[in-house]
Amino acid sequence: MDVILGITTEKEVIVITSRAAVRGVSILKTDDDKTRVVAPHTLLAYTGEAGDTVQFAEYIQANIQLHEMRNTTELSPPAITSFIRTQLATSLRSRKPYNVNVLVAGFDTATDKPELNWIDYLASRVKVPYAAHGYAAYYTLSLLDRWHRTDLTLAEGLEVADMCIAELKKRLPIDFKGVEIKVVDKDGVRTEKVTE
Amino acid sequence: MSGYDRALSVFSPDGHVFQVEYALEAVKRGTCAVGVRGADIVVLGCEKRTAMKLQDTRITPSKIAVIDHHVCLAFAGLNADARVLVDKARVEAQSHRLTVEDPVTIEYLTKHIAGIQQKYTQSGGVRPFGISTLIIGFDPYDKTPRLYQTEPSGIYSAWKANAIGRSSKTVREFLEKNYEEDMNREATIRLTIKSLLEVVQTGAKNIEIAIMASGKRIEMLPVDSIEQYVRDIEAEKEAEAAKKKSRAQTSSN
Repeated sequence: MDVILGITTEKEVIVITSRAAVRGVSILKTDDDKTRVVAPHTLLAYTGEAGDTVQFAEYIQANIQLHEMRNTTELSPPAITSFIRTQLATSLRSRKPYNVNVLVAGFDTATDKPELNWIDYLASRVKVPYAAHGYAAYYTLSLLDRWHRTDLTLAEGLEVADMCIAELKKRLPIDFKGVEIKVVDKDGVRTEKVTE
Repeated sequence: MSGYDRALSVFSPDGHVFQVEYALEAVKRGTCAVGVRGADIVVLGCEKRTAMKLQDTRITPSKIAVIDHHVCLAFAGLNADARVLVDKARVEAQSHRLTVEDPVTIEYLTKHIAGIQQKYTQSGGVRPFGISTLIIGFDPYDKTPRLYQTEPSGIYSAWKANAIGRSSKTVREFLEKNYEEDMNREATIRLTIKSLLEVVQTGAKNIEIAIMASGKRIEMLPVDSIEQYVRDIEAEKEAEAAKKKSRAQTSSN
């Protein structure tokens, strides 16, 4: 019942991930980070089968970084998204597929625009203004339908994020131990806020 | 032909592996590369071949390759061989990060590269890499500058300052004479350029300089900045020569 949520604003993408690491009904950890920085301007947020998630994210991270060293350029968020989708599609048709759902949040320095992509373990990819995986989607998408605009400022975006978090706190049956809010913009990736 | 240089992994009766020695010859024909360790930076300097008139120099690959954010490599010898080796090194650097969650140490990477080079002197159907490399960088969580060298035979060694490639002997001797412990940034860059000028006649145009500092990414020195150093060094040389001349005159009077 991990929460991963992405919201694009006019100049950045806000990524919200829950801090609890859960196995069965037990909480193992309350400062879990469900994201990896794969390139200077691209953040990968993931959820799914424990073990698969980190393994897959780090595999992607290593390959993107290798590409960066080989070509001395940063891959753009759409390029990285395509790569991740291909990897998931190949994995899906293998003997033991990765059970991982991801959000790819990036800032495209070529077009100067933020970009958010939603990909699930079946390798469907959609470019979206806001997205969530799992149960969090049930409670937040309606809120985002109502309050999201493409010209949101960062402050307004964070306000919408707070509304979503409040709703999740109220409705999810298991405490997700607060969230990490990260922002991807023209300067790269930064942690905006960590809540308890 | 003596017959002992046909198959690679065959010794000659007096204990030489000729193909490896030929590889060293290819290194000697390659352009010169210099590495110098300072107190808290390490510098790589390379001789650059003069580009042909119609060549696009912006996209012609450099002899200095970045292996990971904290490791950098320069080579002398066959460019095409180097590309293969550099790629293997980059894959190993990322693979190391993935498996042990730490960047490679410079010694580990050097050992890996030298290991690959050794393998190519003892396997069938291959020939040795026709390159020597200078590897610079900083170990993770450490501020000591590192400089290593590898050779086609698979030998690797650590240095305070060293040169490989064309006229490397002249440059090494120059470095031996002029190297000082704990040089600051300026002095280290200056010594690198000065030593390269021993063998590069054409000046700043044909010199490439890469600087690494602890915790920072590689910095390629811009051409106009190299030109400034070259001008300063030449002016200093002239002043010295003039001083010598006048001294010689006064003593003869």
